[in-house]
Formats: sequence, C-alpha cells, structure tokens
Amino acid sequence: MRFQQIDQFASELKADKRASVYQSTKSTHEKRTKLLFDEFADPNRLRQIAGEIKQHTLENLDTYLPAVEAKMKANGVQVHWAATAEAANAAVLAIMRARGATKMVKAKTMVSEETELAHFLEKHGIEALETDLGEFIVQIDDDHPSHIVRPIIHKNRREIATSFEREGLGAYNDDPETITRRARQFLRHKYLAADVGLTGANFVSVESGRMVLVTNEGNSRFCLAATKCHIAMIGIEKLVPRDRDLALLLNLLGRSGTAQELTVYTEFISGPKSPTQPDGPEEMHVIFVDNGRTEVLASDCRDILRCIRCGACLNVCPVYRQASGHAYRSVYPGPVGAVLSPLLMGDKFAEKADLPKASSLCGACNEVCPVNIPIPDLLLRLRNKAKEEGVPSPGTPPMGAWALLASQPMAWRAALVGGKVMNYLPTKLLPIPALRAWEAKRALPAWRGGEFRKWMKSRKSRAGL
Amino acid sequence: MTDDRESILSRVRGALAPLDERAAMPEYTTEIAVMRQMIAGRDLLTVFTERIRLVNGVALTDPAALVEKLRAGGWTHGYCDPALWPRLAPHFGADFKVEIEFDRARVDDYAFGITRAAGAIAETGTIILNEATTSRRLAALTPWVHVAVVERARIFADLPQAVAALGPDSNVIWCTGPSKTADVEGILIEGVHGPGIQIALVMQGA
Ligand code: SF4
Repeated sequence: MRFQQIDQFASELKADKRASVYQSTKSTHEKRTKLLFDEFADPNRLRQIAGEIKQHTLENLDTYLPAVEAKMKANGVQVHWAATAEAANAAVLAIMRARGATKMVKAKTMVSEETELAHFLEKHGIEALETDLGEFIVQIDDDHPSHIVRPIIHKNRREIATSFEREGLGAYNDDPETITRRARQFLRHKYLAADVGLTGANFVSVESGRMVLVTNEGNSRFCLAATKCHIAMIGIEKLVPRDRDLALLLNLLGRSGTAQELTVYTEFISGPKSPTQPDGPEEMHVIFVDNGRTEVLASDCRDILRCIRCGACLNVCPVYRQASGHAYRSVYPGPVGAVLSPLLMGDKFAEKADLPKASSLCGACNEVCPVNIPIPDLLLRLRNKAKEEGVPSPGTPPMGAWALLASQPMAWRAALVGGKVMNYLPTKLLPIPALRAWEAKRALPAWRGGEFRKWMKSRKSRAGL
Repeated sequence: MTDDRESILSRVRGALAPLDERAAMPEYTTEIAVMRQMIAGRDLLTVFTERIRLVNGVALTDPAALVEKLRAGGWTHGYCDPALWPRLAPHFGADFKVEIEFDRARVDDYAFGITRAAGAIAETGTIILNEATTSRRLAALTPWVHVAVVERARIFADLPQAVAALGPDSNVIWCTGPSKTADVEGILIEGVHGPGIQIALVMQGA
C-alpha cells in the first residue's frame, strides 16, 4: 500500500508524540488569538500592512540590499555575501581562522540550520555549541528540530532527562526546572570560554543598518556579552525599510509566535561594542545568505519570502498537528515549509514536491500569518509546478475516472446508485490503491449520494417549475 | 566573496526585472500597533508597574524596599555600577557584600547586578538597556537578580515611541520580564541564561 510520505510518517508517529505536539500547538494558537483580538481594534489590518511592508521590501531588494550594506559598513560592520550554503559556512570558517578562534557559541538561527553550520565547523575542528535550550538538546541527541520556534516540541521530559544523564550533566532528574538549571550552569561557562558568538537576525532595518534579534532565554545576549567576535548569518529577505516598521512587526511577532506581547529580549544591534564597554564583540561580521532565495524571488511564489518565522501557521495546521515536524523532512516544517522547502531545493524540487500536497487547503495558515502570506494559493501553484514538470506522485488517486463521471450526467447517476452498494461492501475491495491506503487509516462515513438531487427535484416541483 | 556579492545582486535584479510594477510601501501611522485603551491618559509609572508585574517582573521606587527584597531572597553578594553606588550605598547594610568591579572569572559569585537602564516602556512593562548606560554587559545578564535603575522621566508610553528613541546606540536591549523558556513540555521556567528575577528601580534623577 502506498501512502503519501507525510501520511506514512503520521501513521507511524507514536501516540505520545502526537499528543504533545497537538496539545502545545493548540494552546499556543488559542492564546495567540485571544491576545491579538483583545488588544487591537483591527488585528487583521495589522497583518495586511505588515505583509505589504515585507512585499514592498522584497520587490525592491535590488536597491535595499546595497543600501543596507553601505549603512552597516558605515556603522563599523564587516559585510560578507554568500550565494550558497557552502559559501556561507566557508565564510564563517574563514573569519574564525583569521582570528585563530576554535570555539563558537551559537544562538538559534534558521539559516545556519539550512547550511548545517555546526556539523561543518565540527568537521573542521571547531566546537560549535548550540545555546538555545531546545537546540542544545537537539544537538546532544544528534536529532533535528521539529518546529521553527519550539525545536523539541516532539520530546518529553523523560527523554531529555535521559540525554542529560548520558552527557554527564547530573543524575537522572526529569523535573523541567532542574533540567533548565543544569543547562544554565553548564552553558554559562561555555559562553565565557568561547571566541565567537554566532546569531541570526529577525529583522534588519535598511534605514539604520540595525539588526534585531529576539529571544526568550537570553542566550543571544550571553553570546554578545561573553565573546569578542560576533558573526550574524542573515537571509537576504530579512530587511525592512525603516526603524519605525520594526514596532509593528515586533508587536506581531511575539504575539503570533509564542502568544507574548513582546518576546523577553529584543536586541537592536548596529555594530561592535563601544570602546568604553568592557564586555562584548570588538568585531562584528554580517553574512548575507542567498542559498536559493533569489530563485524563490524569481518565481511566482515570492510572497513566501515575507515569512518572519513565527511558527503560527504550524501551530494552527491540522496536518502539522497530526504529523509533527519531522514528517516534512526539511528545516522548515508545517505550511510555511510545505511552500519554502521544495522551493529551496532548486533543481531537486521533485524530491519535496509531495509536501504541497499534504494540505487540505483549509486556509487557517493564511488567516493567522502575521504577514498575510496566501499559503494555500502558493501550495496550489506548487502542485501545478509539480504537474507541469511531470513529477510522479505516488499516493495520490488518479482523477481521470472522476473527471469522466462528473462530466457525464448518465454515468454520474449510475455511480450514485453504485455508491450505495459501497455501504455494504468491505472497503478493502476499493479498486484504487491510493484510496484503499487512505481509507485504511480513516473511517468512511456512510454513503449518502443522490440526496441533493432528490431535494432539488422536489423543490422544483413544489415551486411549480 | 565579492563574486558572491555580484552574483546575488545580479540575480536579485534579474528576478525583479519582469515585474510590471513593484509593490508600494503602505502608508500607515504607527499608532495602529499601540494598545491605546490601556495607556489613555494614565500615569506612565502606574501603567509600567502594572504591566511589568504581568510578565513576572517587579517595579520598585524605594531603594530600601529593594534592599529588603534582596535580603529576603538571600541575595547578599552582588555588583553595582560604580556610578550608582554612592547613591545606593547608604541603604545597604553590613550584611551585604557589594563590588563595584565585575570579575568575569567569578560570575557565579554575583547573586545580583545593579546597572543603569536607558528607560522603560509602559505599554509592555519593558526595561530598556543600552550600551551608553550599561556599565558591564555581563553584570546585567549573568547574576540571578538584575536590578535596572530607571529614570522616572524616561518611561516611554509605547513601542513606537521607544523605537523612535533608539538613537545612535549600537546595542539596545529591551527586557520584558525575566529570562524564560517553555522548551520542556511547554512548561514555563524562568532564569535560563539570563536573570531569573528582573527588577526595575524607578528613581528621580537616576
Ligand atoms: S508563513 Fe506566516 S505564519 Fe507561517 S511562520 Fe511564516 S510568518 Fe509565521
């Protein structure tokens, strides 16, 4: 029996993992909605404007990118460019080598997940330690994040306690507070011993060249207080035109992502430390990373580049809630991932062309998106692209028979009668393998075909038509 | 990497060239993203005090109350910005050990750190730190308790006002409550890498 790949994964997912993903996504989503609608008269208007700001920026990147580069240089930042993941990793390594640096502490950055920076550096003899609690646990388990904001949404405290014990962070203890304290104690000495702090950026203002970083744990603050060199890896789509646009976007980001009015720490960084400050980086580098983004910009799916990685669409998505993040086989799971991940594959698009099909197109992702990305439309465009490129699609029922029935009234009526027979036959006998696979995991409602036609007829006769 | 610069920029130009029209920048006032009904004519210190409590932070106006709180928590060894110490010292008893130098080799010794803030935001209960007013980045971050001394007149009403006041400072940090995580089973735990207790001491002429 052939399932679509996401279905297959979901069907094998352990019940406790599904439950933990389901519970926490649902509660975050509900809190988000309450927060937005209680505090703002017209939150949908905010989402629209935020979307327009980002769309405008994307469509003017040809002027904004050189402008922000000039501003950053004037602020004392060294600016680098990386067309590919390999180039981005090589740029980081070159900066570290030039300083004779061997130890890095990393804050959470999605673009470094794309380039698999930590693995790359480790191969070159550099210790690259994740400091976000969730990412740290992912790293010691050699696992993958399963949510863009909550990397270990798929793990429970018992698994984490076991990993901590294995890593020598203390005897088994699964109290979340103890787990957090142990990580605090272990990591603070790692920051202080590190040479370089690596971060991403949530936004970059073209007007001032400031980058904005938001975290709850304070790990990026620690990276920038303890080390002497700051490297920021930033996707080229992160720009916004002016500082004042940041207030709007920050208001939406915290609420959409974690149901907070504001994330605990919002850092506005525009250069190395000042000469009178004893702590922090004397040197600051920004690496602008393309890694497939310009190709997305050239496509009819460029709207997805507005994404501010809040995770709201994951939390609300019925498919994500059932399948969890690993089902998407990508750095970006959920609705945003179903669009972005295949696109970022470039000429290997076919390998992930199944992702856009794992959606009922219910539209919930679009409704919650703080930058109003029409995700369902983009999913349809990608399905079309897959079709046009002749990507095979196992697990999808052929629609030819359906088309024939639906266009022939006689045949349709016959099928409706036939459908009633299905109520009495075991579904194992379904003639289409994909439907059989689908049905194996779901209970089909009783067939009720023909009711509408009957109702329509009697209505017409009542009305004397 | 100059090659990468050229290739990225030329691909960006190539991607945008076919567009008949570029999306315009929307006109809007930052007012739309402000929780107006909450501020509306109220005293900013009152709003700030109320809001910081909602994010599990504490606002105090009396240095004696601060000292009491530190003593009650058993946090008697800490750091204080030398510029603030002359004014605060009279309130601290002999049971306290307060250093005006911060030694990074002994980060675990400091239970509290007292530094100056650049201001605060009433709407969200946020403390604003920046490069110009923070004597030591590590002292405002690594101790379990961080006390930010906020000048009464530097409380901004809302986010847009605070953004407008960013100025030329190279490292501005908005702190909204103590450091926290919900990574383990969605359970909220405070004090991950930063302070587990965040206090604002609001003073005139700080
Ligand atoms: S697509 Fe929208 S909702 Fe989804 S992560 Fe990006 S910004 Fe958030």
